[in-house]
Amino acid sequence: MLLIKNGRVVDPASGTDSILDVLIDGDRIVSTGAKLEASKKQTSPVEVIDATGWTVAPGFIDLHCHLREPGQEISETIETGTRAAARGGFTAVCAMPNTQPVNDNAAVTRSIVDRAARSASVRVWPVGAASLGSRGESLAEIGAMRDAGIVAVSDDGKPIANARLLRQIMEYCAGLNLPVMEHCEDASLFAGGVMREGPRSVRLGLRGIPAESESICAGRDVEMAGLTGARLHVCHLSAGRTLDHVRAAKKSGLPVTCEVTPHHFTLTDEDVSYNTRFKMNPPLGSRDDREALLAGLADGAVDAIATDHAPHHPASKEVEFDRAPFGVTGFETALALAIDELFHTGRLSLPRLVELFTTGPGRVLGVEDNRRLVEGGLADLTLFSLDSPWTFRAAESASRSRNSPFDGRQFRGAPMATIVAGRIAWRRS
Amino acid sequence: MQIACKIRRQAIGADQTTVAPSFRHLLGIESLTTGQISFLLEQSKIFQAIQRNPLKKLATLRGKTVALAFFEPSTRTRISFATACARLGADTMLLQADASSLKKGESLLDTVLTLEAMKPDAIIMRHASSGAADFAAARLDVPVINAGDGTHEHPTQALLDALTILDRKGAIENLNVTIVGDIAHSRVARSNIHLLSRFGCRITLCGPGMWVPRELESLAPGIRRVARIEDALQDADVVMALRVQQERMNEPALAAEEYILLYQLTPERLRMARPDAIVLHPGPMNRGLEIDDAVADGPQSCILEQVTNGLAVRMALLFHLVGGPNATQSGAPQTGEGPNAAD
Amino acid sequence: MHIVEKRQVLSAEEMDRTLQRLAHEIVEKSGGTGSLALIGVRRRGVPLAHRLAHSMRAFAGVEVPVGTLDITLYRDDLSTVGAQPLLQSSEIPFIVDDRDLVLVDDVLYTGRTARAAMNALFDLGRPMRIRLCVLVDRGHRELPIEASFVGTTVQTSASEIVEVQVREIDKQDRVMLMDRVADRVQDSPPGNRS
Repeated sequence: MLLIKNGRVVDPASGTDSILDVLIDGDRIVSTGAKLEASKKQTSPVEVIDATGWTVAPGFIDLHCHLREPGQEISETIETGTRAAARGGFTAVCAMPNTQPVNDNAAVTRSIVDRAARSASVRVWPVGAASLGSRGESLAEIGAMRDAGIVAVSDDGKPIANARLLRQIMEYCAGLNLPVMEHCEDASLFAGGVMREGPRSVRLGLRGIPAESESICAGRDVEMAGLTGARLHVCHLSAGRTLDHVRAAKKSGLPVTCEVTPHHFTLTDEDVSYNTRFKMNPPLGSRDDREALLAGLADGAVDAIATDHAPHHPASKEVEFDRAPFGVTGFETALALAIDELFHTGRLSLPRLVELFTTGPGRVLGVEDNRRLVEGGLADLTLFSLDSPWTFRAAESASRSRNSPFDGRQFRGAPMATIVAGRIAWRRS
Repeated sequence: MQIACKIRRQAIGADQTTVAPSFRHLLGIESLTTGQISFLLEQSKIFQAIQRNPLKKLATLRGKTVALAFFEPSTRTRISFATACARLGADTMLLQADASSLKKGESLLDTVLTLEAMKPDAIIMRHASSGAADFAAARLDVPVINAGDGTHEHPTQALLDALTILDRKGAIENLNVTIVGDIAHSRVARSNIHLLSRFGCRITLCGPGMWVPRELESLAPGIRRVARIEDALQDADVVMALRVQQERMNEPALAAEEYILLYQLTPERLRMARPDAIVLHPGPMNRGLEIDDAVADGPQSCILEQVTNGLAVRMALLFHLVGGPNATQSGAPQTGEGPNAAD
Repeated sequence: MHIVEKRQVLSAEEMDRTLQRLAHEIVEKSGGTGSLALIGVRRRGVPLAHRLAHSMRAFAGVEVPVGTLDITLYRDDLSTVGAQPLLQSSEIPFIVDDRDLVLVDDVLYTGRTARAAMNALFDLGRPMRIRLCVLVDRGHRELPIEASFVGTTVQTSASEIVEVQVREIDKQDRVMLMDRVADRVQDSPPGNRS
């Protein structure tokens, strides 16, 4: 048994926000309340976590990450990636399908599920490819993958460029009740760019990607959601104009959701230098874009914070900027960035912040009802502190990779413990 | 034989007794202070005089080795740097894109570390990726000179252009400078914009719209974009025609005839500029494309002087970065000589 | 280490008289001043060369051209000097071919400056003759170089420094003998310039 004492329990789904104890038995929450004691009749030992001053939230969900297994274990494995996720407070992570081989059939899905069962610290929810090989030519085996355990489909890394194929995928997924997670990008506008187009890209002489590369594709995708009735989820939204499309879709009642990454709500293109740790796709946006994202995070237009944790082994990033792969790691800094950049700045309330990591992403996947922090609920919990200064050192990360733009950054907010199915997956030492 | 050499000191900042403003690498103009730019130009004038000596070869850098790392093909810049090294008595080792292990897939980092292990006293680097020189400088102890990185900067070109302007105009302050061509993809334009705007020049950028994005205006104060070349040349003191890169990848091509029709620098168009305007071109020229023969060979053209001045600028730079005790990066004041140092 | 003044070698008047004498000697031993030219070695050789030319104009009515030479590029100790080298311009407003040149410098010590200066002149052409004129010869030569015209000779030890001050640069004329002295804790000697 596990007793978490004196924490501020915040569960947006059940509307809870008060100082409570949480008692866990097995993988379930058996009771919540003030001054709980483990039952005297209880024979098994009780482990107690003193959560005084901490927040106790339902287990965090990351809608978007790359665990690199199978195929690119030099950069990350399910074991190392989920260990990093646990350190960041995540209890479940959605693994994007761009592995080698691509997760476009049930065999790969099952292999990921099996590997996760053996080695993962947190829940791994595979996302299946939308098209075979994510090549954008024909449908992947989406139905079989759903039965094997995928929670969504995506060709992440690239958009589904062919509108007719996108329509087929969305119609098919509407019937399967799977969300389609779209990496919005117009390839012809992207045109080999390496950072956001703007004054900074012109100064650095780096090929720019216009914000419209994302927003034009998002506009098309929203229209397609209207045509097909499918659940559209816009991944790693980086531009204000893209958010405008999402807002309009929501207003007209379409099942459209979106996520924003911590690096996009923290940094802008002005932070980009020739350091490849600042190279990711979509690229860091303008100051106006960041303001739009912050507004959307506050007012509900944004549904979730997702890391887009994209590890690349150090040698592959130790190259010229335009030759480096896109992507930054994000598990271990996501919550701390959210606390520092969103809560301590007064932009978000604590319940809203928690919502963006819990019920928000839960709703995108349709799992929000099983993840309430209530008696009888699943014992996936994230414990964090709003005020426990620490410094992130990429070299000490649990990830196999080091490509974080936040290496050396000092934080106030900190994940403190991650509980998955009643077990302590990680605890700050 | 004409040997008389009288070097008149121009009023561009650096005084005789000022401290040499030390820097370790030359990665771009943007990262230099105005004082450092003035200093380099001042020192370059001394090497201009040496180009007129009957004996041009010095032994100043005898025993020093300079690595020329040309990851991107270049003839002029490479020969200019190699000649500058030779005139100062330094040995060179050459790495060229087609002859090196680059084609075998060696990373830039491994290549520059290998070069550094041969213990050169400086590495001069040309590379197709913007930021490649910064990348190398951040990882090496040896001074790095950027000889052109992608579409970022080409600092020695801007310095030699400034030296040419200084020669012809007597000063580089407050001039009207018009740059014509593919500004967006030009490292020469970027370095020139950074340098000349520092001295109060008003810079006009002109070219086909897709080559002159509005973000360029944010590079420095006082930059304007003008679509018609006739308008852009109005009152210009300095006209810079950029090379049209016909081999540019990933860009939809613009027909040469279109460019000639709208943007070629012709004698008629040049008449819009000030009568004493000078014409610069970084070379190599596409005669009959961006520049008409009559302009290229006309009295206002300084194109060959630019080549000669390139040697002076590069000698001054090498002397500064390699000639002194480059291992120690002190800002110690330069007193000329210690007490009876050499006598 | 600090530097202390030991004694004065030449006063302002003595310096002036010495320069007058050197100007006469140069004219006398040149067999005519038609091709004669003076080359001041930066820094303090330059005002000295101009003063010699001024004297020659005064007593012989001849106009002897003066050039200025910066020998930085020809020094053999560039990589051991303490700071980044600062180049100064050479200004030689005449053709050196077939000229009768007199290099003018303040102090002759190792001979390395004279060597560098001669190298520099050869890069400019082929002079008919080069001679050397110094205000002070302090010995300790490291090269087979001697001056044709010497203002005064001073016996020195290796730790000593001969400092020539000229009014054009130092606001006064005099020649001092200085010495480097190891620091002692409570010492605060006058003229500490280290």
